[in-house]
Amino acid sequence: MSIFTRLAAALTIVAAFIAPAMAADTIKVGAILAVTGPASFLGAPEAKTLEMLAADINAKGGVGGKKIELIIKDSQASPEKAISFAKQLIEEEKVFAIIGPSTSGETMAIKNLAEESKTLLLSCAAAEVIVKPVAKYVFKTPQMDRDAVIRIFEQMKKMNISKIGVLSSNTGFGKAGKEQIEKLAPEHGIQVLVSEVYDKAATDLTAEVTKVSAAKVQGIINWSIEPAQSICIKNARQVCSTVPVFQSHGFGNIQYVKAAGAAADGVIFPAGRLLVADSLSDKNPQKSILLSYKKAYEAKYAGEDVSTFGGHAYDAFMILTKAIKEAGADKEKVRTAIENMKGFVGTGGVFNFSAEDHNGLDKNAFEMLTVKDGKFVVLDK
Amino acid sequence: MTDTPCCVPEWRLIELFFQYLVAGLTYGTIYAIVGIGFNIIYNTTGIINFAQGEFVMLGGMTAVTLHAFLPLPLAILGAVLITMAVGGLIEIVFIRWLVKPSVLRMIIITIGISILVREAALMLWGEGVRSLPYFTGNEISALSFGGVRVSPQVLWSLGVCAIVVVLLNLFFKFTMLGREMRACATNRDAATLCGIPTRNMITLSFVLSAGIGALAGCVVSPITQTQYAIGSGLAIKGFTVAILGGLGNSMAAVAAGFILGILESFSIWVMPTAYKDAISISILLAMLFLRPSGLFGNREAFKLKDF
Amino acid sequence: MRTGRHLHILILLAAVVAVQLLTLAAVKGFYLTQLTMTAYYTLIIAGLCLLMGYAGQISLGHAGFFAIGGYTSAVLTTVDLSAYKGSALAGILMQLSFLTSRQDLYGGQMLSLHPWAACFVAILLTVIIAYAIGIPVLKLKGHYLAMATLGFGTIIYSVVLGTQKFGAADGISSVPAFPLLPGLTVSGAPGLRIQNYYIAWGLVAAAMLLLLNLIDSRVGRALRSIHGAEDAASAMGVDTARYKLNTFVLSAAFAAVAGVFLTHFNGGIGPSEASIMKSVRYVAIVAVGGMASLWGTLIMSAVLNFLSLRGYFGSFDDAVFGGILIVIMLFSPEGILQFDVKAMAKKLLRKRKGA
Repeated sequence: MSIFTRLAAALTIVAAFIAPAMAADTIKVGAILAVTGPASFLGAPEAKTLEMLAADINAKGGVGGKKIELIIKDSQASPEKAISFAKQLIEEEKVFAIIGPSTSGETMAIKNLAEESKTLLLSCAAAEVIVKPVAKYVFKTPQMDRDAVIRIFEQMKKMNISKIGVLSSNTGFGKAGKEQIEKLAPEHGIQVLVSEVYDKAATDLTAEVTKVSAAKVQGIINWSIEPAQSICIKNARQVCSTVPVFQSHGFGNIQYVKAAGAAADGVIFPAGRLLVADSLSDKNPQKSILLSYKKAYEAKYAGEDVSTFGGHAYDAFMILTKAIKEAGADKEKVRTAIENMKGFVGTGGVFNFSAEDHNGLDKNAFEMLTVKDGKFVVLDK
Repeated sequence: MTDTPCCVPEWRLIELFFQYLVAGLTYGTIYAIVGIGFNIIYNTTGIINFAQGEFVMLGGMTAVTLHAFLPLPLAILGAVLITMAVGGLIEIVFIRWLVKPSVLRMIIITIGISILVREAALMLWGEGVRSLPYFTGNEISALSFGGVRVSPQVLWSLGVCAIVVVLLNLFFKFTMLGREMRACATNRDAATLCGIPTRNMITLSFVLSAGIGALAGCVVSPITQTQYAIGSGLAIKGFTVAILGGLGNSMAAVAAGFILGILESFSIWVMPTAYKDAISISILLAMLFLRPSGLFGNREAFKLKDF
Repeated sequence: MRTGRHLHILILLAAVVAVQLLTLAAVKGFYLTQLTMTAYYTLIIAGLCLLMGYAGQISLGHAGFFAIGGYTSAVLTTVDLSAYKGSALAGILMQLSFLTSRQDLYGGQMLSLHPWAACFVAILLTVIIAYAIGIPVLKLKGHYLAMATLGFGTIIYSVVLGTQKFGAADGISSVPAFPLLPGLTVSGAPGLRIQNYYIAWGLVAAAMLLLLNLIDSRVGRALRSIHGAEDAASAMGVDTARYKLNTFVLSAAFAAVAGVFLTHFNGGIGPSEASIMKSVRYVAIVAVGGMASLWGTLIMSAVLNFLSLRGYFGSFDDAVFGGILIVIMLFSPEGILQFDVKAMAKKLLRKRKGA
């Protein structure tokens, strides 16, 4: 063997010993996100946000001196893949915590898994069942669906709307919203005259809109999180040009407004303040981090608009790293630290966790927004 | 305080009927065009091209990209030409050198092609949703016929569909090329003996199919929006329609497309949308079991058909 | 002949054990999870191989049978029947311990069917539906058969996606473990990983044995004659309709068993398991493994499913799959084990010279 080969061999052996030792100095954070596939509009911005934040925090020296090693798995919104990756991340990579998944169906598939294996799970999915009943290790960062519904109902009361039609998509998000609407309607004096569930890949909803309009409703709520929500409002405007249309907080990406064009004007929906960060008052505690997130994201990923979906991943990551900073890299202590976190300013709102509340947001996390001339603006009270 | 006026149109039953009908026609146009595309390729080659839906997707996506620096009509033309080239390329690279493939092998190859095209589109354009601007008017403009409101884009797509059908008929009946393709479809060996370059005919059928699909993709893009993944759902619906009308019969596919679209639309009137697909598929299955030659197919000819 | 067949099964079992010991040695025991899931998917695919390869019938809706088995079992073991505690039927079922009382994850008491009872009902239901669908569907041929099976798969998908009782888009989670025998439980718990690995591959080995015996028997020969030339077979007195139907139902039963067991292993099931893309994947793997080759199919299934479940291809999962599909179909349509390098090389060279 030549001298070079021997040297190379020696170095490789040395590296093999050092590498594990170096690895011990990182904190592994796993993420199961629907980067491609039917929920890519959720997972892709979430993945990009996490990558941006991890790179950023590592450049500043990591958390408590340890770098964050981010492992992102693309589940393509498939629950069996989510389960497989969850087991992989927990048993093989021995991650400290898992961020995600992007959809409620996947989260429910791995909720018990995370709980039984005592792994922290910070979900970016919105369903209420993720945190009710409370599982000790499972948290979620998106706002509660019921709070979004309550804000919509309060707005409807101001507009004297009492008879509504509901259109929702057949995804976990749509189903959860529909349930909350039907459950909370009676106590807010709202009557749901007709409720239709459409396919998430629907390309034309004229027939559904016709059915809802024919029931003589005073307002329409459309609850979905995929591109079909733009189609829905286009069709609604074509069929009946003046009925008030409300959307869910799944409308939180300007590309849906662009897709709906002129039909988006006047749509009312609750959303996180990220979308109107510029017009917030300077006294608002969220304003500075919203603007810095928006600037950093749009600078790094040129041509892409920031969305509230990426914001959920932002919140999950920042909550996790803050807890690690406070309590050190110990899972139990971090779990307790998250549970005791109060007043955490995130993109989704100001979080106040507790042992019973693993979401930490209430209805004030939402701002009622509307669309004017193709831009998001705060709805005048 | 006064109640917010109930601003929904006061529909009588007949107007409601027409409103659902219009919705059905909207779905139907695109099903019909995808069905025609299936039939053109099937006629010349006996292949069911599962990648048909991807041509529709490519047409829409390419047009949106071109529209960024070309005026709309040129962007659409460019998109159609590019997609036709892709269709021809697919045939030359993947299909041309197969010798008497079995039905199953062809189905699987075209499924593989559709997956590759879809993933390539994902790589090129990302997962975002795009759409062309409305040809006339915008997202909320609607023409009123009596109490029924129709978006002008729906009329555009019906118009384009009608023109395509007419032009295809003329092409196949009166042009040399069209007649050669029909000869190829009827009996390939005899056509070869007559000196017709059958291999080129096959490529041409792919090119033609791709072009029609792309045009359809452009004209419905404002209504349905285009995204990298819309191809497979369309292929299944198009396949359904082609069989419903009777495989190989393009005119029947058009009729079947509209029938399926209208059936779906009216099924929403009477039962939850969630089961819309189940309804249309059940009807299709009933068709297949009772009259597999299709609504307009010839029963005797069907029995003689050899796959 | 007979020893050859049994020898292959023994080789399979030996390989299974070897892999497990290897993972133990390398301290990579977690690979067993994906290997177990792979085994269950291979079970469906083996049944499909019998149907497509030997009986020559395409089925683009096989994921539907998997879903019927899995969902039935999931619903029956998670629905709380406490309300019916007092009824006479409930009493009888409890005596036979079909109905058991158990705790759910959050400490509540519930009364649900024992997994064995649910499994039995699931398989029975699938068989009934398979017979009902099979009779009209198998009269069709070629594209029409493909369309009909596709339609069936779509209906199942629409139903599980659209129905609240089946969890709609979220599917059903919190499915309990399946206690097969005292000491043998189908469950996703990390401690029972090795056990579950052997259960899964044991099932696959048993299935392979059954299929190989079937293929080498009168039934198998009848099937191959149907595949080759159906009219001729019919003229020779083979009851083609009955054989096709029974093969269809058998392959559906395999899918249902896989559905039941995988649902208990995963602790849940979702509508994505019934989607058309899943059915297409199964068909593609059979084609790629070689439709008339059970072993080729088994190998391809194990390789592709394992890599896909581990996320080896990342976001390119579908692209790789499509690519492999095309390459194999173009160059080696009889499947991967029949790939004749020399013949392919000759063909390519001849084309270049001739043209």
